[in-house]
Amino acid sequence: MAKHQTPMLDQLETGPWPSFVSDIKRQAEFRKNNQGKVNYQIPVDACDDLLGVLELSYKHGRTHWKHGGIVGVFGYGGGVIGRYCDQPEKFPGVAHFHTMRVSQPAGKFYTSDYLKKLCDLWDMRGSGITNMHGSTGDIIFLGTTTAQLEEVFFELTHTFNQDLGGSGSNLRTPSDCVGQARCEFACYDTQAICHDLTNEYQDELHRPAFPYKFKFKFDGCPNCCVASIARSDMSFIGTWRDDIRVDQKAVAAYVGGELKPNAGAHAGRNWGKFDIQKEVVALCPTGCMRYEGGKLEINNRECTRCMHCINVMPRALRIGNDRGLSILVGAKAPILDGAQMGTLLVPFISAEPPYTEIKETVIEPIWDWWMEEGKNRERLGELIKRQGFGKLLEVTGFKPDPRMVKEPRSNPYIFWKEEEVEGGWERDVNEFRKYHQR
Amino acid sequence: MEYEEAKQKIVEGLTKKLKTKSKFYFNDLAEILGEKPREAKKVINKLVEQGVLEYWSSGSTSMYGLTGTGKQASAEHED
Ligand code: SF4
Ligand code: SF4
Repeated sequence: MAKHQTPMLDQLETGPWPSFVSDIKRQAEFRKNNQGKVNYQIPVDACDDLLGVLELSYKHGRTHWKHGGIVGVFGYGGGVIGRYCDQPEKFPGVAHFHTMRVSQPAGKFYTSDYLKKLCDLWDMRGSGITNMHGSTGDIIFLGTTTAQLEEVFFELTHTFNQDLGGSGSNLRTPSDCVGQARCEFACYDTQAICHDLTNEYQDELHRPAFPYKFKFKFDGCPNCCVASIARSDMSFIGTWRDDIRVDQKAVAAYVGGELKPNAGAHAGRNWGKFDIQKEVVALCPTGCMRYEGGKLEINNRECTRCMHCINVMPRALRIGNDRGLSILVGAKAPILDGAQMGTLLVPFISAEPPYTEIKETVIEPIWDWWMEEGKNRERLGELIKRQGFGKLLEVTGFKPDPRMVKEPRSNPYIFWKEEEVEGGWERDVNEFRKYHQR
Repeated sequence: MEYEEAKQKIVEGLTKKLKTKSKFYFNDLAEILGEKPREAKKVINKLVEQGVLEYWSSGSTSMYGLTGTGKQASAEHED
């Protein structure tokens, strides 16, 4: 018998999709039965009360969680998010129900043994409910009491060799794609740089002094498996400067049907014979490919590294050999003010350790500017909009470049100053106002 | 800035405002200290370490307050 009646939540179990309500109910049962004889350190009925308080919120049409809190582990200003219920008498199991963000391993590589042990730790010292992974990439532990925070932190750092992640006005837990560990498209070692910058910027990760959150994400190529271009204030995307390597024999094998396009990923339905003209050449966004007389040609100067042709024919087309990464800035995916994609700042930079150029010419000058000029709760992308992309170029010292312009004449970022134009100009404001109202 | 001097400035500055608010942004503290953010951070970290200031976080934003002040501390019986 469930502790609380939850008719409204129960409806969420009736659709064709997996339901978090079913998951939490199962966990509530699991805790009650306690077949593993776990020495629970927080109330056994935390999951029941979680369902109860959510049902009540649906009934009232308002939340019963208070806003934020002062909990944390000693010396850290992030990684723990205090959650307190405003109906503690009715739902004592979730009177305190704090979230812990745990740094995920680079590329999200785990052994199953490690995952099991993480779950055992959380069954004993928390609700057992996890979110693998949060949208920033962390392992999220949902629901524990204040007294357990230091205990969990001790276990994580001593037994699991793992740290808490970022939250609040901090550098958030950097995240990366699997990269060179499994993927032949990776133009640099995403895991190496992710690990290096995480260690280098420990103070920024754990002690909040930024105007708001700041995210790094590392994608090995423009396929953007961790969506860095859309979801990080500073996005690192692998690229190459020379030519796509073409194996004409393999091209012929795709055309002849011996090799399956997209490595057979779309083989579930009969799409007909592979048509290189229609499926590759005509879909190239810059129109820089040609297939004639059994030969595929690419005008590499026009190629924007969109990855389409390489994704379709990975055996025939390979990334170039002169590799590095591009850096884009200012993306965000907020709930309130609209989402914004990253803007290209650095077309190409070396991605070799120890990454000094990236740290000293890109990351640190940008942080200095944003920390001084950013308003409270203003993301980097918003500051760039407010003060102009030209200002960003000024603080970083990068030269304006056509690749920073999305479309001619619609990019509001770049303005000329008088001293930048030969001969300068005279401007009579009164004359201007005759024709243009304020 | 010397630690003791900074501490005095912060404690005085925040105590004066306590009637209206108990949580402050990092930038408010840097302004009270009259320092650039990077310099201010060093001493603010120390103030937290010594228990003069404490962090408060909504999850998305972080703020600072004098330890034990504000509604939340007493409401959660954690002061
Ligand atoms: S982003 Fe590119 S390199 Fe990274 S896993 Fe995806 S396809 Fe591979
Ligand atoms: S990567 Fe994209 S832009 Fe470049 S040649 Fe292939 S399809 Fe065209």
